[in-house]
Amino acid sequence: MNVELRDIHKIFAAVHANNGINLKIPAGVIQGILGENGAGKSTLMKILSGFYQPSQGQILLDDKPVIIRSPADATRQGVGMLHQDPLDFPSMRVIDNFLIGHPGELIPDRGQAAAQLEAIQQKLGFSLRPEAHVDTLTVGERQQLEILRLLWLGVRVLILDEPTTGISALQKEKLFAALRLLAQEGKTIIFVSHKLEDVEVLCHKVAVLRQGRLIGEMLPPFNITRLVEMMFEKVITLGNRRSCCRGEISFRLNALELEDARLHIPGVSLEVQGGEVIGLAGMEGSGQALFLRACAGLVRAVGGHISINEHDLTGKPYHTYLEHGIAYLPAARLEEGLAPGMTLTEHFLLAGEARGFNIDWEQGRKVAQERIADFNIRGTPASPIEALSGGNQQRALLALLKHPLNLILLEHPTRGLDIESSIYIWDKLKERCAEGAVILFISSDLEELLQYSDRLLVFFSGEVSSPLDAERTTVEHLGQFIGGKGWAA
Amino acid sequence: MKNLRWNNFLFQLVAFLLALAFTSLIMVFAGAPPISAYVEILGGAFGSVNSLANVVVVWMPLLLVTSGLLITFTAGLWNIGIEGQITLGAIFTTAALRLLQESSLPPWLIILLAMLAGVAGGALWAVMAGLLKTFGGVNEIFGGLGLNFVATALTLWLIFGPWKRPGTGSMSGTEPFPDTLWLPQLPGLRLSPWSVIFGAAAIYLVYRLLSGTYFGLRLKAIGKNVRAAFLLGVPAWQHSLLAFALCGFFAGLAGALQVTAVYHRLIPSISSGYGFLGLLVAMLVNYQALWAAPVALFFAALNIGSIQLPIMLNLDSSLSGVLQGMLVLFVLLTEGARKRWLQKNG
Amino acid sequence: MDSATLLGLAGVLAAAAPVLFAVIGETITERAGVINLSVNGTILLSAMGGFAVAVNTGSLLLGFLAGALIGALVALVIAFSSITLQQSQVAVGFVLALVCRDLSYFLGNPYMGASGPRLPSAPIPLLGDLPLIGPLFFRQDLLTYLSYVLIFAAWAYIFKTRPGLMLQGIGERPAAAFARGADVNRLRYLYTVIGGAIIGIAGPAYSLSVKAGWKGTISGLDGIGWIALSITIFGGWNPLRAAFGAYLFALLQWLGLVLQPSLPGIPSQVLQVAPFPLMILTLLLVNIGNAEWVERALARLPENTRHALARLLRSLRAAPPAALGVPFEQE
Repeated sequence: MNVELRDIHKIFAAVHANNGINLKIPAGVIQGILGENGAGKSTLMKILSGFYQPSQGQILLDDKPVIIRSPADATRQGVGMLHQDPLDFPSMRVIDNFLIGHPGELIPDRGQAAAQLEAIQQKLGFSLRPEAHVDTLTVGERQQLEILRLLWLGVRVLILDEPTTGISALQKEKLFAALRLLAQEGKTIIFVSHKLEDVEVLCHKVAVLRQGRLIGEMLPPFNITRLVEMMFEKVITLGNRRSCCRGEISFRLNALELEDARLHIPGVSLEVQGGEVIGLAGMEGSGQALFLRACAGLVRAVGGHISINEHDLTGKPYHTYLEHGIAYLPAARLEEGLAPGMTLTEHFLLAGEARGFNIDWEQGRKVAQERIADFNIRGTPASPIEALSGGNQQRALLALLKHPLNLILLEHPTRGLDIESSIYIWDKLKERCAEGAVILFISSDLEELLQYSDRLLVFFSGEVSSPLDAERTTVEHLGQFIGGKGWAA
Repeated sequence: MKNLRWNNFLFQLVAFLLALAFTSLIMVFAGAPPISAYVEILGGAFGSVNSLANVVVVWMPLLLVTSGLLITFTAGLWNIGIEGQITLGAIFTTAALRLLQESSLPPWLIILLAMLAGVAGGALWAVMAGLLKTFGGVNEIFGGLGLNFVATALTLWLIFGPWKRPGTGSMSGTEPFPDTLWLPQLPGLRLSPWSVIFGAAAIYLVYRLLSGTYFGLRLKAIGKNVRAAFLLGVPAWQHSLLAFALCGFFAGLAGALQVTAVYHRLIPSISSGYGFLGLLVAMLVNYQALWAAPVALFFAALNIGSIQLPIMLNLDSSLSGVLQGMLVLFVLLTEGARKRWLQKNG
Repeated sequence: MDSATLLGLAGVLAAAAPVLFAVIGETITERAGVINLSVNGTILLSAMGGFAVAVNTGSLLLGFLAGALIGALVALVIAFSSITLQQSQVAVGFVLALVCRDLSYFLGNPYMGASGPRLPSAPIPLLGDLPLIGPLFFRQDLLTYLSYVLIFAAWAYIFKTRPGLMLQGIGERPAAAFARGADVNRLRYLYTVIGGAIIGIAGPAYSLSVKAGWKGTISGLDGIGWIALSITIFGGWNPLRAAFGAYLFALLQWLGLVLQPSLPGIPSQVLQVAPFPLMILTLLLVNIGNAEWVERALARLPENTRHALARLLRSLRAAPPAALGVPFEQE
C-alpha cells in the first residue's frame, strides 16, 4: 500500500509536535524514521495509526485521501502499529491476544485461529505456542505476536516503534528477516528508531525528523556522519566548562551487575571523584535508568559492590542510602518526586529534618519563603505543588535536596524546561559539585551531556561503555555511539 | 481563591438541599409526610434534656471513631474494619472487667485497666488489617470486612458460650456489671461526662496530630503519593501500620465506652454501627478534622431523633440512615460535577 | 447417603443460588474494571423491592424484574459517578451499600411480615427421577436451575466468546482494548449495569424463594453482600471458581447447623458465622502470592523447595483484572 503524508501538523497546547511534514512511502519499501527523543516521530506515527487527529494536513492511502478516526479504524483501513511496549494483554494467552478485536461470529473457532496463527508464523519463522501466557514471553516474542495479529487482520502498512529495544540479537535477526519478507510481498514497513545501525542494515529509505520537522531523506548507501548531523543539528556551541573534580575518590562501583525483566547489565566498575559529573547517555530504555536506580539503592544489584566514601552500601535498604547523603530525583516529577495536593511549605517540611514532634508552621513558611527566593521558584509557600509549571517543579525538587550531599542522581534534569530554567538548574547543581557532591545524570540531550559532564558512560541495550572523557568527545562520535555504532572497537 | 471557596460552598449547599429533597421524595413515595417527619426528628433529638443527653451518648463514640478514621483516611487507607475494631475494644474491656471484678482492686482502677484493655483490643484488630495489607497483599477493605465478621462471630460465641448468663445465653448479652464498675454518670441521665472528655480530647488530639505534627504531615504525604513520600525518606509501610494502630486505638476506646458507660455488658451489636457511620462522617468532612464535631453531632441527632418515628408516624427509624447516606452520596456527586465544571470553565 | 443428607445437600444448592447471582454479577462488573461495592445494600433493597412488587402484583416474574431493575439502577449510579464524574468507586459504592440497606428497611416497613408469593418447587420430569442426581439437582425451583445455567453461561461468555474476550481486555488493559476497537467507557457502563441487574436478582432470590418474605432487620440478609464480594475475590474473577466458593460457603453454613447437636458447647449462632474466618484465611492464601516480600523470601530458599512453593502459590493466586478501579482516559 502506498502511504503519503501531506503537510501534517500537530499542535499540543504550546508544542508544535509535527510541523508541516510531507512524506511518500511506496508499497514494498522499508522506510526508516530517525530522530532523537521528542523529535516528533511518535506523534507522526500516532497520527497515521489513528490515535491522534492531525491539526492540519492529509493522509493518503493508495493515493486516496482518508480520515483515520481511531486505531481500530486504522487497522480496518490497513494500517497497523506495533508499539514499543506492545499493547497486549499480559495475563492472557497467546491465542486470546490473537483473537481479541478480531471481527467474526460470536464464538470464535480457536482451532482455526491457531491454525492460521501457525500458518503466518511459519512463513515468518516465528514459533509461539498458542496456549502460552503472554507474561511468560520475552518482549521480542510479544512483538512477534502483535505483528502476527496485525497481519491476520489484513494490515498492509506496518508501523514499528523502536522494535529493537530490549530484544536479543537473535530475535532482531528474525524480526528483520520477517520484515524483509513482508516488504517483498508488497507490504509497507515503517521502522521508527534511533538506532543508526538497525536503520542502516534494514531500511530502503530513511527520513530524519528534528523538532517536529522533516529535515531530509536519504537513500542507501547511508552516510552515517551526515545522518547524525541531521538528527542532532551540527553546530553545538558549548559554553564554558567548569570542572570541580577534587582528586579523591568518593563514589565507587565494583563490578556492579544488574538485571530486570528486559535488560541485563554486566559488571560496571567505576571510580568517581568528589565534585565530578558523570553523564549517562543512551537511547531511552538502554539500561541507564536501571543503573541510576541501583545507585540510589532502589534496585538491588545481582552482583558487585557500591560504596560511598568507603562505606559499603551493597544490599543496604534505601534508607541507608539517604543517610549517606545520596539523593535521587526521578524524571516523573509529579508521579514520583512530589506529592500533588500538598503545598510547597509542606514539601520543604517533609524533606527537611524533623525538629521535634510539632511543626513550627511559622518557621516552615519562612524556610519555604527563603528557598522559593533562593531557587527563584514562581509560587508562594501555600501553592499546591501541582499548580507550578514544570520548570518550577524541577526547581522545587532541587530546593528539597538536603545539605550536604555526597551523591546526586538525576533523571533528565532539564527535560521540558526552557533554556533559562535549564541554565539555572545547572548552576545550582554545580554549586553542589563545588561542595564535593558527585553527580550522575541521565539525559537524551547531547549538548547537555557534553557541556556539563566530566565523563560520560554510554548505554546501549544493557552494554555500558568505558567512561569517555567528555571534553574529547564530539557530538558526532557520541551520536553514533548512542546509536550503537563503533562499539566493537 | 476566594471565589473557589465560595464555589465549593455553593456546591455543598446544593448537595445538602438535593439530599434533603431526595429523601423527602422517598418519604412521599412511601406515603409519609416529610415535614412532620423532620419536625419529629428535631423534637426527638433536642426536645428534652433527656433526649439531648442521648444525642451526646451517640455523639461521643461517633466522634472517637471519626477521629481515628481521619488518621487512616489521611494516610490513604480505607479502614472498613473499623466496626470490628470497636467490637474488639468492647470484648477486651468486658474480659478485663470480668477478670478483675472479683479482685480487691479499687473500682476506678479496674475501670481504667479495662479501658486500657479495650484500647489495646481495638489497636490489635486494626494492626491485623494493616498486616494483612502490608504482608499478605490483602486489600484493607476486604481484610477489614473479614475481620468485622470474625469480631461478630467472637462476640456471639462469648455471649452464648463462655460468658453466657446463668441459665441460658440470649441475644440480650452478658450478665450486666454491678454499677460500681460503671463510669460515673450524670444524675438521672445515661450520659457519662467521661465520654465527653474522651470525645473532645480525641478530636482535638487528632486535629493537632494531623495539622501540626511531622507525623501527620508524613501520613498526608503517604496518602497523596506513597512513592514520592518513600523517595523523600518517609518509611511508608511502618507509617501505614501506625495509622491503623492509632485508628484502632480510638475505635477500641469507643468500644470500651459502650461497655463501661452505656450498656454495662457485652451485647451482640455492641458497635451500634458507629464504625460505618463514622466512615460517612469522615468522608463528608473531607480531612477537615474540626468539622467532624458538628457533622458527628448532626448525625447523632438524626439517629436519636429518628427513634421517635415508629411511634409517632409509624415510619422506620432507618430514615436517619437514608438521609445520612444521601448526604454523603450527593456531596460526592456534586464534588464530581464541580470538578468537571471547573475543568470546562477553569 | 441417607435421604436426609441428600435433602440437606439439595438445600445447600438452593441456598447458594442467591449468593451465586451476586457473585457472578460482581465478577462481570469487576472483569470490566469497575468495583461495585454496593452489593450488600443492593441485595437488601432488591429483596425488599422485589417482594413488595410481587405482593402488590401477585406476579413472581415482576418481582424478579423489579429486583434486577433496582440492581441496575444502583449500578448506574456507580458507573455515572466513577466513569463520568471520576469519583472514587470505593467511596460511592460504600455509601450506596449503606443507603440502600437503610432504604430497604425504611421502605419495607409496611411489608414487614406480609405474606407473599413464593417460587414453587419445579422438579424436572425425567431428570428429577434419576437416582441420587435427581433429588440433588433436579427437584429444585426455577431460580436454582437458572443459577446452574448462569454459572456456565457467564463462564462461556467471558472465556469463549469474542465480546467476552474484549470484556477481559477492558479490565486488563483498557488502552490495548481501545486500540483494538473497544469503546472502553461505554462497555464499562454496559457491564456495570448488567452486572448490577444480575446482583439485583439475588435480592428476590431470597425474599421470594430461599428466605421467603420480608422481615426488615431480622431478615438475616445483612452481611451477605459483603460475603459475596469476598467470594468474588476467592473466585479469582472466574465464574466456575466463584461458584465453587459460593457452594463451599453454603455447605459450611449447613454443616454448622447439622453438626450443632453433636457439639453442644458451641452455640448455633457461632456455627452460622464460622465460614467467615475461613474466608479471610482463603483471601490471604489467594492474595499472598501478590505480596512483594514473598517473592524475595522465596528467592532465598533452596531451588526445589522454592519451585514447589512458587507453583503452589501460583495455583492458588488470583490476580485481579489489572485495571480494576482505574479510570480510563483516551489519549
